[in-house]
Amino acid sequence: MTEQGGQVTGAQSLVTSLEAAGVTDIFGIPGGAILPAYDPLMDSTRIRHILVRHEQGAGHAAQGYASATGRVGVCMATSGPGATNLVTPLADAHMDSVPLVAITGQVAAAAIGTDAFQEADIRGITMPITKHNFLVTDPLDIPRTIAEAFHIASTGRPGPVLVDIAKSALTAQTHYAWPTELRLPGYRPVSTPHAKQLKEAVRMIKSARRPVLYVGGGVIRARASRELAQLATLTGIPVVTTLMARGAFPDSHPQHLGMPGMHGTVAAVAGLQKSDLIISLGARFDDRVTGNLDSFAPHALVIHADIDPAEIGKNRHADVPIVGDCKEVIAGLVALLQADSQAGGAEGDYESWVAFLAGVKQSYPLGYDVPADGSLAPQYVLERLGAIAGPEAIYCSGVGQHQMWAAHYVGYENPNTWINSGGLGTMGFSVPAAMGAKVGMPDSTVWSIDGDGCFQMTNQELATCAINDIPIKVAIINNESLGMVRQWQTLFYNERYSNTDLHTGPDRRIPDFVKLAEAYGCVGLACESPGEVDATIEKAMGINDRPVVVDFRVHRDAMVWPMVAAGSSNDEIKYARNLAPEFHEDDL
Amino acid sequence: MSRHTLSVLVENQPGVLARIAGLFSRRGFNIDSLAVGPTEHPEVSRMTIVVNVEDSPLEQVTKQLNKLIEVIKIVELDGTASVNRELLLVKVRADSSTRGAVLDAVQLFRAKVVDVAPDAVTVQAVGNADKLADLMRVLEPFGIRELVQSGMVAIGRGSRSISERNARSAPLLAPPPVC
Repeated sequence: MTEQGGQVTGAQSLVTSLEAAGVTDIFGIPGGAILPAYDPLMDSTRIRHILVRHEQGAGHAAQGYASATGRVGVCMATSGPGATNLVTPLADAHMDSVPLVAITGQVAAAAIGTDAFQEADIRGITMPITKHNFLVTDPLDIPRTIAEAFHIASTGRPGPVLVDIAKSALTAQTHYAWPTELRLPGYRPVSTPHAKQLKEAVRMIKSARRPVLYVGGGVIRARASRELAQLATLTGIPVVTTLMARGAFPDSHPQHLGMPGMHGTVAAVAGLQKSDLIISLGARFDDRVTGNLDSFAPHALVIHADIDPAEIGKNRHADVPIVGDCKEVIAGLVALLQADSQAGGAEGDYESWVAFLAGVKQSYPLGYDVPADGSLAPQYVLERLGAIAGPEAIYCSGVGQHQMWAAHYVGYENPNTWINSGGLGTMGFSVPAAMGAKVGMPDSTVWSIDGDGCFQMTNQELATCAINDIPIKVAIINNESLGMVRQWQTLFYNERYSNTDLHTGPDRRIPDFVKLAEAYGCVGLACESPGEVDATIEKAMGINDRPVVVDFRVHRDAMVWPMVAAGSSNDEIKYARNLAPEFHEDDL
Repeated sequence: MSRHTLSVLVENQPGVLARIAGLFSRRGFNIDSLAVGPTEHPEVSRMTIVVNVEDSPLEQVTKQLNKLIEVIKIVELDGTASVNRELLLVKVRADSSTRGAVLDAVQLFRAKVVDVAPDAVTVQAVGNADKLADLMRVLEPFGIRELVQSGMVAIGRGSRSISERNARSAPLLAPPPVC
């Protein structure tokens, strides 16, 4: 809309810059300081702005959009409270490496530092939770800053970038000129791995007897699923996918041991714990995966590939560090292994290890108790949801028990179909993230899998969905409580249920989720018994002109298993209450 | 624990000091001393940061620092291959009976008197941490009224400039690409 070099306002320059950066969708809310930007935004034919109901919703929507599409998500807010409401999504995106650009208005440059109305030092506030941030006071800097923000957010290890723009810069007259080169002398992400390190990794892979591919979210962000499948098939090495990597490798694949960690499958936990070589691909040895670090995988050497050098050796020593993009790293390993085998090199011998893990997987499959009183098991709901909505649908989860059940029981075959808040653990993530995912992938079915606690934190975005024709589907796994906290109270606090009862069950039903959905212009459904599950899901699948909310009223005492208690060794895994697996390690 | 001197080249932009100080504080690393000032290049500032850490946390510090967009380069300066200096200004009690002894000490350490009052002298001394500590041991018995000391600045010996030196990175990591 704005010609290169012409006289424009800073606000016009901003909108033209966003268009030049390829932005097609923005989630946001206007307010005083950002108001000048909303005027030219109204005329933009390339950018659709979606008016959300809370800035946190804008941030999570941008995250869901980015996670589903791989493109940079964009959110916009005004100064002060608008900007501080973005803090949680920015921190979330920082932890989970989500490419995000947040644009915030700031008070006029002359008023900065005077405690002006709606002034908050959002650049200072978000320094620890963004990949980078900017404060723009000179309108001439707007195009270059926007270009740099998108470059930083989407390259290297992706992450959130905040651009705070003073209102005076938005209203001033300026020249628009899209930069021809970026001036970032300190930013040189390494994406191509070092050949020597790859060779050493291949040597270790071939001489290992109990190797495991430890796959993290980096494989999803790098879009390296195809390369991973090649590497796994070529070597026959068992695979575990972390919470952030669910979908990076098909759940149906026989080499897949499932998700490792605190609530990981017995086979995945054993696969890491008893291995002699961990091949870590875009994972970061998070405490939820390793449990007690000192006793984690005590006999394993480590090949650690990550695009962020600071992750390598941070928690666990890396015997072979590889800095690089997972797609290039894995493709490089595959090429070297293929060349080696064509040259007549011996294949790795993992036979007894694979057999051992197959035995573990068979002896300790995922499972749950069907409630004796005929009430609904949450795991069953998610199993059926996965089966009926299928592996092409996108599933966005909140945080807690329902998240773990969704991670285990839905069944993922494709990358970017599982979207959740992993590192920060943000309750309330699901509904707005699903909204963003649906905007980015309008032809996909998008299910928000939420808890009754999480849902009450951000469900106001149902209004946004209903009004803007964003027909998401929400499955509330309603166990009438803050379920994961309640589970810990059951296990570690003598069943003293301090402040975890939400009264969303039959005693009070506050709120009534069906009525609440209807009030928001959505279809509200309820499901209480196993016999109704399939029909209810199918009914929801058939509604595409409006959002649907299903209140699945599940058994409140269901717990997430397996479990490694916080701070314990992974050797202490229980697959049900007080039940520890027995490993026949003589077979190894 | 051991002391390490990091020379950090950063873009000369507002907020960069807050970014670096914040990083040290939130990752739990202690700064012994920090000095910041301009360089031969107007767009680049140089920080000299002295940290007291083991080798493995030091590696984490430098990697995290390197991730900051405005950090251009980090070089660890070896104590023997570099010149390290701090500036000390100290107000020492000195009347007509003790002034002579104080001035002797000042001369011995090649320090300078920069201000004189009837009952005190202000001494300026430049040197490495050990030399300044020795000077303070000698001056303390006279009575210290006020003391202020700068952070350490350091520069490598020889003709090479810091921009020609290898950036500090973890031992086994691939060298950064040229771009």
